[in-house]
Amino acid sequence: MLEAIQAMFSYPFLTRALVVGLLISLCAALLGVSLVLKRYAMIGDGLSHVGFGALALAAVMNWAPLAVAVPVVIIAAFFLLRISESRRLKGDSAIALISTSSLAIGVMAVSLTSGMNTDVNNYLFGSILAMSSADVVLSVILSVVVLVLFLLFYSRIFAVTFDESFARATGIPTGAYNVLIAVLTAVTIVLGMRMMGALLISALVIFPALSAMRVCKSFKGVMILAACISVVCFLIGLLVSYLFNTPTGATVVIADLVVFLLCCLAGALRGVKRSA
Amino acid sequence: MALITCKDLVLSYEGQVVVEDLSFTVNAGDYLCIVGENGSGKSTLMKSILGLKTVNKGSITFGDSLKQNQIGYLPQQTTLQRDFPASVFEVTLSGCLNRRRLRPYYSRADKNRAEDNLHRMGMAEFKKKCYRELSGGQQQRVLLARALCATEKLLLLDEPVAGLDPMATAEFYKIIASLNQEGITIIMVSHDIRAAIDQASHILHLRHRPLFFGSTQDYVNSPAGQEFLKGGRSHA
Repeated sequence: MLEAIQAMFSYPFLTRALVVGLLISLCAALLGVSLVLKRYAMIGDGLSHVGFGALALAAVMNWAPLAVAVPVVIIAAFFLLRISESRRLKGDSAIALISTSSLAIGVMAVSLTSGMNTDVNNYLFGSILAMSSADVVLSVILSVVVLVLFLLFYSRIFAVTFDESFARATGIPTGAYNVLIAVLTAVTIVLGMRMMGALLISALVIFPALSAMRVCKSFKGVMILAACISVVCFLIGLLVSYLFNTPTGATVVIADLVVFLLCCLAGALRGVKRSA
Repeated sequence: MALITCKDLVLSYEGQVVVEDLSFTVNAGDYLCIVGENGSGKSTLMKSILGLKTVNKGSITFGDSLKQNQIGYLPQQTTLQRDFPASVFEVTLSGCLNRRRLRPYYSRADKNRAEDNLHRMGMAEFKKKCYRELSGGQQQRVLLARALCATEKLLLLDEPVAGLDPMATAEFYKIIASLNQEGITIIMVSHDIRAAIDQASHILHLRHRPLFFGSTQDYVNSPAGQEFLKGGRSHA
């Protein structure tokens, strides 16, 4: 087992995947707590589909994938946030419209040029080979930014997540915080989606938060546990996918699912009241 | 001295004018109840006082001693909060945000303040409990403690007894009355007109325009009050 792990890190692409994956898991979990509690989880899902469309288009046009996808997804994040805040529009249907349209555009773009091949498969379900050293640099920068912002604004993020009206009444610019969270989520998703897959990346945002909410009684506890769960599940997923030659993204998500079920069980046993 | 002065207010909600021609003042130590039917503009007025909504016309001015972010606010609870994983202390402490300015963390003094207010609300023993495991009345007391962390001058309560059982409601009114006695000005939005007459010193009756503004005593004898009271009786 240990030898296998040692052998694993003799591959540079796996080391890169490990670094990027760990950092992305950490960011996704922290942002996820806020998103899940604010009932914005669908935004994460919508953004990953938009990201797929953007990446596919970029590949077809021969543009640098991240340079196209990051701004497109950030713009989409603004829109999705606006849509979910507006009571006049049907928020969930609008998100579904945007995400399926992007998916369709992406599939069209790819199939028109190269036909439905492994590229599309990699975008949708992720590929461990996708991480370049530029991605490593970018994800290190991103996760440092996310972590610093979380530490500095922790109590404000709590206030905005728990009670937006009260936070606004005490003079916190809640709109700005919502945009900040959406933008950070957008960047996290774009960075993570090529490894995890467009269809699976939102699991990284949602699962750890939901699992932690089953067992923790305080916001701080939920944050810390979600971060730990996310990181550990990624490690387990990566290891299992290496040892048994399974797709990385799916393996990580299944690890998250198992932990979630265990947390449900633990929560039920402790009699913690269930939450949606 | 007037704590809040509203002059010739016009307010709108989603493009429709819901309140017009509204002028009234709240003095320090008053207990004002804003009553009226659903959609009469009560909540919109509340949000404007809090600075959450812009005023179309007219003005809301605060007395010298009151700053915009020094209002203790008790919003209507959302379903989101009822199952939020947070400890009672975390919720209460978040009321200290407005006195923290740019410091990233709470000071010892903030924490003591939160603790004192929990004690004041009789919730000290629940400090480490999970907010979502409390009863409706207990949650409301925690939110009051949080509001008190933000202010010692003015509390704005938005339908605070909605969803509380009769026991918890009576308890809640008692707490508010004692806070008012300590000198905190209270503004409460409610459609419980009976309780308003029992509790408040002043009544503002809204139906897009002010139907009545004045002391509770005068309200009971006014046409608006009479109509409302009779309506209430025939329902009972």
